[in-house]
Amino acid sequence: MDELALRVANLLVGNDERAAALECTLVGPTLRFDDQTLIALGGADLGVTADGKALPLWRPICLPAGATLSAASAVRGCRGYVAIAGGIDVPMVLGSRATYVRASLGGVDGRALRRGDHLPVGVPSELSRRIGAAVAAQRGRERIAIGHWGASASLIPFYTSSVVIRLVDGAHLQLLSAESRGRLWSDEFRIGAQSDRMGYRLEGVPLELTERRELLSEAVTFGTVQLPPGGNPIVLMADRQTTGGYPRIAEVAAVDLPLLAQLKAGDRVRFRSISLEDAQRLYLAREDNIRQVRAAIALRHH
Amino acid sequence: MIEIVPAFASVAVHYEPGRVADDALGSRWRSPYERLVESMHVALADLEDSELPTPREVTIPVCYGDSYGPDLGDVASQHELTPREVVALHSGGTYNVYMLGFAPGFAYLGGLPPEIATPRRAEPRTAVPAGSVGIGGSQTGIYPLLLPGGWQLIGRTPLRMFDARREPATLLAVGDRVRFTSITSDEFQRLASA
Repeated sequence: MDELALRVANLLVGNDERAAALECTLVGPTLRFDDQTLIALGGADLGVTADGKALPLWRPICLPAGATLSAASAVRGCRGYVAIAGGIDVPMVLGSRATYVRASLGGVDGRALRRGDHLPVGVPSELSRRIGAAVAAQRGRERIAIGHWGASASLIPFYTSSVVIRLVDGAHLQLLSAESRGRLWSDEFRIGAQSDRMGYRLEGVPLELTERRELLSEAVTFGTVQLPPGGNPIVLMADRQTTGGYPRIAEVAAVDLPLLAQLKAGDRVRFRSISLEDAQRLYLAREDNIRQVRAAIALRHH
Repeated sequence: MIEIVPAFASVAVHYEPGRVADDALGSRWRSPYERLVESMHVALADLEDSELPTPREVTIPVCYGDSYGPDLGDVASQHELTPREVVALHSGGTYNVYMLGFAPGFAYLGGLPPEIATPRRAEPRTAVPAGSVGIGGSQTGIYPLLLPGGWQLIGRTPLRMFDARREPATLLAVGDRVRFTSITSDEFQRLASA
């Protein structure tokens, strides 16, 4: 869901940005590592400890063989990520290692992990090995070594339970009544309890269309804001469908998707309008930042 | 280009903005979207006509009614038909796959006889079994997975509409011509366990 957190955590351990990692929603797992392993934590702070020692977010961490990592529950944000050097080596399904629970696809038997599962880890890259060796060299007398460097704070959003999300006009924004269009930018919406990885249902005073029009189904994407007849918008998220037939009133600016992905039921969101051009400028600037982090890590471990 | 999603009357292009980013600075800078649209216009100006392939004919066995199609009776009474007549109309038609979408392997089928076009249920079901054949307005379709859904369920097929281990994973493709054939509950069980 929070692709930025996943990508940055992967960079910190020398992985491909899209390597498979663990996503932990609201509560985290207890993990035992058979071998010495380089990991990084990203996303929400789940209060993670290893053999009793508190672990920071956004730093490379070298765990010894046999270490036990335990997580509590999310303090800020709701999705924590555990990236592991080499990535989690489950089979590729339709070009991805992701888990899609609705179709029982990918990951481990297409389901959420459960107690007793054993996860295979891929072969770490040359960069991963160098990062691991450098971090381990800083260990001193500690069993667990934590890197002295990490991802810069400017790259990582501050997660809160009340956020402002920027929206690009959708294909059917003009179908909203003028009054409802005004409220889209002024009202506060609550993330509904029915929200999941497929979509966030927003609750507030229902928005109204000037006419009910039957639409032919068209493509939707991560961040499409649909308006079903009931008037409560749905923001489509990572496990969205490919097409939909409800009016599309807006599209979330891609740079704001990580903030949205860290919201949980009951959290609050307000919207602000942004042009497609400005949204793309912000996106390109962020990608530049990520590229610089990647280059800096590679340079440091040359 | 990441992905292309064709639908009834549109084609969506998912792209990575960084791949079409402009090197120009200042007022000459144009957004990735503008640059992509321009390159698409150039490409579209230079299209050649090509013959459509002969459509594939696919026959889908369906066990109609009873627990396989709990809404068959409702659909029949809404049109003052007998269930048998609804089955004859549904399995007598030829359907075109207009698009795939919604869920993995879900085909939007056009060509439902207008006599059995039926509005969606007022209250969608939270769980429709995989293989369920439904009518939603003037469309018919087959639920590929256990999904929530509001279509009127008239039967179920034992075929797997989507199987990630198969190549291609979806049973139906855009352009296919589809027919339904009525099977008994015994045949359903035999085919389902095959």
